[in-house]
Amino acid sequence: MAWKDLVVERRSKETLNSLLFFSLALLFVFQFTLGPDRERLAAVLPGVLWLGFILSSVLGLGRTFMVERDNDCWEALLLAPGDKSAVYVGKLVACLALMLVVEATVLALFTVFFNVDLGPALPGLALVIVLGTLGIAAVGALFAAMTSQVRARELLFPVLLLPVLVPVLLGAVKATEALLLGESLASVAHWWQLLVAADVVYIVVGLLTFDVILEG
Amino acid sequence: MVRVLGWFAVVAVVAGLAMGFGVAPREATQGNVQRIMYLHVPAVWVAYLAFIVGFVASIAYLARRRNGADHLAHAACEVGTLFLGVNIATGAIWGKPTWGTWWTWDARLTSVAVVFVMFLAYLLLRQAVEDPERSARYAAVLGIVAALNIPLVHFSVYWWRTLHQPPSLLKPGSSSMPGSILTALLVNFAALALLGAYFVARRTRVLADEAEAIA
Repeated sequence: MAWKDLVVERRSKETLNSLLFFSLALLFVFQFTLGPDRERLAAVLPGVLWLGFILSSVLGLGRTFMVERDNDCWEALLLAPGDKSAVYVGKLVACLALMLVVEATVLALFTVFFNVDLGPALPGLALVIVLGTLGIAAVGALFAAMTSQVRARELLFPVLLLPVLVPVLLGAVKATEALLLGESLASVAHWWQLLVAADVVYIVVGLLTFDVILEG
Repeated sequence: MVRVLGWFAVVAVVAGLAMGFGVAPREATQGNVQRIMYLHVPAVWVAYLAFIVGFVASIAYLARRRNGADHLAHAACEVGTLFLGVNIATGAIWGKPTWGTWWTWDARLTSVAVVFVMFLAYLLLRQAVEDPERSARYAAVLGIVAALNIPLVHFSVYWWRTLHQPPSLLKPGSSSMPGSILTALLVNFAALALLGAYFVARRTRVLADEAEAIA
């Protein structure tokens, strides 16, 4: 399932290209709204970074099930042999991979445009980003399946997603902030443990309830 | 049965008012403003109780697919959101004279606000999905996610910042409250719990009637 989605994505590059362009545009928006003041920028950088991640996630994840819907393959998902939770895992992995590519690019662009030195913080930062994105993707894949069958889905998806993701965002932003200030990963242990706990809860609920949503 | 519950709730609310305004003493530093606590604190307890009911009912619906469980979950989450709204509003009214501000981004205020928005989204999803059976399934999933998310929200926001006075009642060691205030608080809690149960029961029945009328 993940493989199929990634292959489709690689062939069409539809979502990825738009998302990368979107993040680039966001970068400009941040620059213009925050002004050229370096000090201020450094202070809000973790928040801005995750704002970029969450905005592109909302756009990218909302499209997760569009392929199936537009091509009338929803029944095919239903008829897929084996456990329905496999479909969820597949979608989750595909979303995660897509988002990580976008985020890596955004991160690289940030270092270039805003002249931030990530160097020593990078391994810890990578862990926090993967954990945070996993949480976003776990809830996102579940809610995207839900809202894809609903009127006004573009609106409903973020409305459902954002409040639920508050703990993930808080944890990720706070951990990123501490890491960028040069603190060690151990000093933000409670934050990344919270992220792990959130990821586990979301994935378990997703696995258990996904077949209920797929019913139609 | 439901009507009897309603009358019990009325009696309990009258008793609660009598306790809050009559029996409980005037608080020394905050004055009469403190009396809003008899509504403020029980409201949030009842709201969380209602969310627990909604959580259990959501699981029960997914397991058994009985419409009754769905109506109960819907009603409980609605009433929970209402009581949480009461809690936030009374908190703001209390906060203005006491803290000097209607609102502050303190840990417990923030986490309650996040939970409030989360369940508003739940009610929004209920409205957005037209097919009643699908609406029930989706809402049950969201109800489970939202309920499990409550502790995560609390921990994350608590670590984020805290300034609120620590809870005076549910903490280790003996309670720091004078007996009459504590009694008034508990009587009001019982009153609001009965009132909440009555609302949930009535609302469940209305939802069932509505579903029947459509079918």
